[in-house]
Amino acid sequence: MRLSPLTRALLGAFTALALVFVYLPLSLVLLNSFNTSRAFAWPPPGLTTRWWSQAWSSDGARSAIVVSLEVAAIATVVALVLGTMAAMALHRFRFFGRDTVSLLIILPIALPGVVTGIALANAFTTMLGLELGFLTVVVSHATFCIVTVFNNAIARMRRLGTTLEDASADLGAGTFTTFRLVTLPMLRSALLAGGLLSFALSFDEIIVTTFTAGSGVTTLPIWIYQNLFRPNQAPVVNVVAAALIVLSILPIWLAQRLAGTDESVAAAR
Amino acid sequence: MVKSFGPVTAVAGVDLAIADGEFFSMLGPSGSGKTTVLRMIAGFEQPTSGRVLLDDRDVTGVPPFARDVNTVFQDYALFPHMDVRANVEYGLRVKRVGRAERRERATAALETVRLGGYADRRPTQLSGGQRQRVALARALVNRPKVLLLDEPLGALDLKLRREMQLELKQIQRDVGITFVFVTHDQEEALTMSDRIAVFNDGRIEQVDTPARLYEAPATAFVAGFVGTSNLLRGSDARAVFGRDGTFSIRPEKIHLDDDAEPTKARGTVRAVVYLGSVNHYLVDLDGGGTLTVLRQNLRDSTDSALDQEGRRVALSWDDAHVIDLDDSGAGQPVGAGTETQEAP
Repeated sequence: MRLSPLTRALLGAFTALALVFVYLPLSLVLLNSFNTSRAFAWPPPGLTTRWWSQAWSSDGARSAIVVSLEVAAIATVVALVLGTMAAMALHRFRFFGRDTVSLLIILPIALPGVVTGIALANAFTTMLGLELGFLTVVVSHATFCIVTVFNNAIARMRRLGTTLEDASADLGAGTFTTFRLVTLPMLRSALLAGGLLSFALSFDEIIVTTFTAGSGVTTLPIWIYQNLFRPNQAPVVNVVAAALIVLSILPIWLAQRLAGTDESVAAAR
Repeated sequence: MVKSFGPVTAVAGVDLAIADGEFFSMLGPSGSGKTTVLRMIAGFEQPTSGRVLLDDRDVTGVPPFARDVNTVFQDYALFPHMDVRANVEYGLRVKRVGRAERRERATAALETVRLGGYADRRPTQLSGGQRQRVALARALVNRPKVLLLDEPLGALDLKLRREMQLELKQIQRDVGITFVFVTHDQEEALTMSDRIAVFNDGRIEQVDTPARLYEAPATAFVAGFVGTSNLLRGSDARAVFGRDGTFSIRPEKIHLDDDAEPTKARGTVRAVVYLGSVNHYLVDLDGGGTLTVLRQNLRDSTDSALDQEGRRVALSWDDAHVIDLDDSGAGQPVGAGTETQEAP
């Protein structure tokens, strides 16, 4: 498409403005993590790595990160297994209520976290008689992590169709061999992208976590929230936030690279 | 066999016996049920009623992976994440054939389809014709009892398709495996097949050799679908043959002359279709109806052929070549009592 010089200039300006609006505050967080002033004075009176070493040695921050990583990892694994199975079931078989089931699987990601949180907490404590803790957080996170895996997997399956699986069966492979040798390799990049996204979703989840964690489990977002307004902890919180910015770029970048390989899958068809 | 999808009946009743080592084609327009029959033989669809017998063994409920049948799919369905060799070896691999034998048989299969040097390529790096050969090798390497081919040449251009037709036939002769070939292209079916089943609307109109289908079509549908239909019905027929009925004469069996005695019918040339080596003359008969006459351009120049438009002509033919389609004996030439059909 051809654009006039004026349109191009305007579009460029708006794009720049939007990017600045989003990324300037983020870079401020990064900068402030080196700010010598405890109150984040502007401009920074000096630069220091003191807060980084303090954060590194903070037991609260470290254990919160470990808990968050564990929760995200387990929830993602659960989501990968269940999400893939659900996608296969809905893709391969026609049955009564198929569209409804599909909707019900996707719904949790659209529901307000408060509602999900209250509902799950109630169900855990009253109906199931569970004590709120690590397990309940993992299960709650898995409910919305499944959606990203499911969506990625079913989109890929729809694009691939069933002829490859038919061909595999025709050549003598049973259901599980076909899954191992054909279906899974064809889904791999979609599952990785979905898994990374669900990991990221779980890692920074705070609302559902607040309701389902009880008092014993502190994930990173909850730790940050608890320490944010303690003046002497502010620089450490800021460092953790800065570290998270750097860390979260990684999975998103990877997911995008993997989505790029989808094109080669399409080309193979 | 009968196959219904909900309220839609795809196959209304098909009874077929295919001989061992035969090149058998299922020919018909799209939606006539031929592919559904193929998928029932492969095991991807279960017949609503009826049975599938393979070597006298009932395989109706047997899943595709347990049937001694392989398929070449319309879009080839090569595994994009494997190279050509891995694709061809796949069937042997899942049947736990040893690595050395696998390699040897895959190499031989690739040689058969003349793709010896392509084992390490990815399917994406191959042309349509090459992918088609890989799909063929991948199926043949398993030495199935029956090879099913679902319009495998449909995606190729005309020249390549002609080449592959001859090659497929040659490969089938060499390996001696029964081929069941689905196509909507009558020329393709006539070129390659030992026998052809003509499908229409979920039923089989006729099963016969290519020559018999062409020379003695059983129904008006077959006469029209295989070759150019040259039908005369009702009063048009009475004017020529002296009685009502549905008759067909192939265009090349009709002799066209300016003025000849004896003649079977007279008419006016409405149009001449120039086709290079031959011309089609569309002749409006005086008694009604139109016949297409094919004439080779042996002596005529293009100009003199086109000059025929609007001229009065006399048509003549051998009665043995007239096909009476209403005859309950179906597909018998009118003069069948005295003439013998040439064997294919």
